[in-house]
Amino acid sequence: MISVLVPTVAQGLLWAVLALGVYITFRVLDIADLTVEGSFPLGAAVAAALLSCGHGPLLSFAAAALAGMLAGVATGLLHTKMKIPALLAGILTMIALYSVNLRVMGKANLSLLGTDTTFTIVRKMLGLDMAQTTLAVGLAVVALLCAVTYWFFGTEIGAAIRATGFNQQMIRAQGVNTDVTVILGLLISNALVALSGALVAQSNGFADVGMGTGTIVIGLASVIIGEVLFGTRSFWNSLLSVVLGSVVYRLVIAFVLYLGMPPNDLKLFTSILVAVALALPLLKEKAGLGKRRR
Amino acid sequence: MLRAEKICKTFFPGTINEKRALTDLSLHLLPGDFVTVIGGNGAGKSTLLNAVAGVWPVDSGRIVIDGTDITKEPEHKRARYIGRVFQDPMLGTAAGMMIEENLAIASRRGQQPGLRWSSSEAQREYFHGLLKELHLGLEERMTAKVGLLSGGQRQALTLLMATIKKPKLLLLDEHTAALDPKTADKVLDLTREIVEKDKLTTLMVTHNMRDALRLGNRLIMLHNGRIIIDVGGEEKKHLGIPDLLAMFEKASGDVLDSDRLLLG
Repeated sequence: MISVLVPTVAQGLLWAVLALGVYITFRVLDIADLTVEGSFPLGAAVAAALLSCGHGPLLSFAAAALAGMLAGVATGLLHTKMKIPALLAGILTMIALYSVNLRVMGKANLSLLGTDTTFTIVRKMLGLDMAQTTLAVGLAVVALLCAVTYWFFGTEIGAAIRATGFNQQMIRAQGVNTDVTVILGLLISNALVALSGALVAQSNGFADVGMGTGTIVIGLASVIIGEVLFGTRSFWNSLLSVVLGSVVYRLVIAFVLYLGMPPNDLKLFTSILVAVALALPLLKEKAGLGKRRR
Repeated sequence: MLRAEKICKTFFPGTINEKRALTDLSLHLLPGDFVTVIGGNGAGKSTLLNAVAGVWPVDSGRIVIDGTDITKEPEHKRARYIGRVFQDPMLGTAAGMMIEENLAIASRRGQQPGLRWSSSEAQREYFHGLLKELHLGLEERMTAKVGLLSGGQRQALTLLMATIKKPKLLLLDEHTAALDPKTADKVLDLTREIVEKDKLTTLMVTHNMRDALRLGNRLIMLHNGRIIIDVGGEEKKHLGIPDLLAMFEKASGDVLDSDRLLLG
């Protein structure tokens, strides 16, 4: 069990970047954004394609983030300017991205075997094993992105985006164009999701057109687990909770696999986990009412 | 300060639910005017305020604030000139954000938000002083989330937010209707204080005739999307509720639906 601890926590950190992105749409903007399922493999595809052409990790990360931003803007425009419901707008972008991702990679699966990735480069620099390298890169990236996210949402624009999620009427009355804040939120969220895709592809050693399936549920699971276990007292607290939630989610998955659950059932398990967690407030309320009646 | 010229608005045009909400309505407010707006259900009170605020475009007519034609400007651009308080206490504030964060946003009303840090120490002191004047103890709870406040506290805060950056026009849309009578009176007193202190040009919709008579220097009554009564100055000061009812019946040839309008 101990031997899988480091790689599991490391995976949790790489996926935590996705969870941060999902947190921004799901909690901050109050939108369930399914673009994620397309922008995650988009980030993976863009990074893998560039790396396999011999470009460096920095450029591949930048390009992945930029591609994710464009995906977010596409959903944002569909939602705000075309008045398509957010859920449907996300689905449209997600489906469109499937074709885009195939174009970017040129095929359904792009292997990074023998290609220099962030992890192989850092491993050579630090002289660690692969699991430790992943952990170190994950920690550094998550710390950096948390700091940047915290700073941004503390600025005037960031505050306007947060207010948009709570109350569009209020922030419009304060002179803010809510179309712009919604699009910006989706842009940032999907940039993070694409970065996570780029990290996971490099860690796995391949990018696959199907690797986005279920990512929204994984992101939601991380957000909800984190919030329940580690609190939401402040924005900073929420960000840390989401990161830790992603790590705990990976540990839970590792644990149920260790107990002998077939890997094919993982998505079913995750969906049930999220459904229960989302219903938890209602269940609690009902339980409370029952007690009072007695 | 506000000049509305022959504004018309029809909802659901061409359908069975077609509703002419405003018909050639013209209204001119002088700087410092505090106008109370009353009328029965569906008279067009809130529609008038929403037309001025730009919630949707009017069908025809012109709306000018302080010489600027804003007829074609969207809601968020008009916020440069207009401070608003809504009937629903939930609408004026962001529940999940701190009191000081809400005030910081309101203090930038109408400005393009930038990448500066949203709140500063100097600002916090300024907010503390303003909150103290509300006498609600909110100055000690500046980092509390607004969702924790009562309806009355939220309306008082929204009022402060609407006026923290002096607006050219203050729109109050039945902002005490959702409060209990005692709290409503408190918020109204506060409204009067703030409006008088800053000499704000104000348009206040109310369903309460007593409040409409008690506050402001001018009163208008709407009926079927038109202004049917418009009294100001000395005449308004000496007006009582029976006079108002008589004026209404004479002007409209109708009896007021008094279950909606509070007479007392």
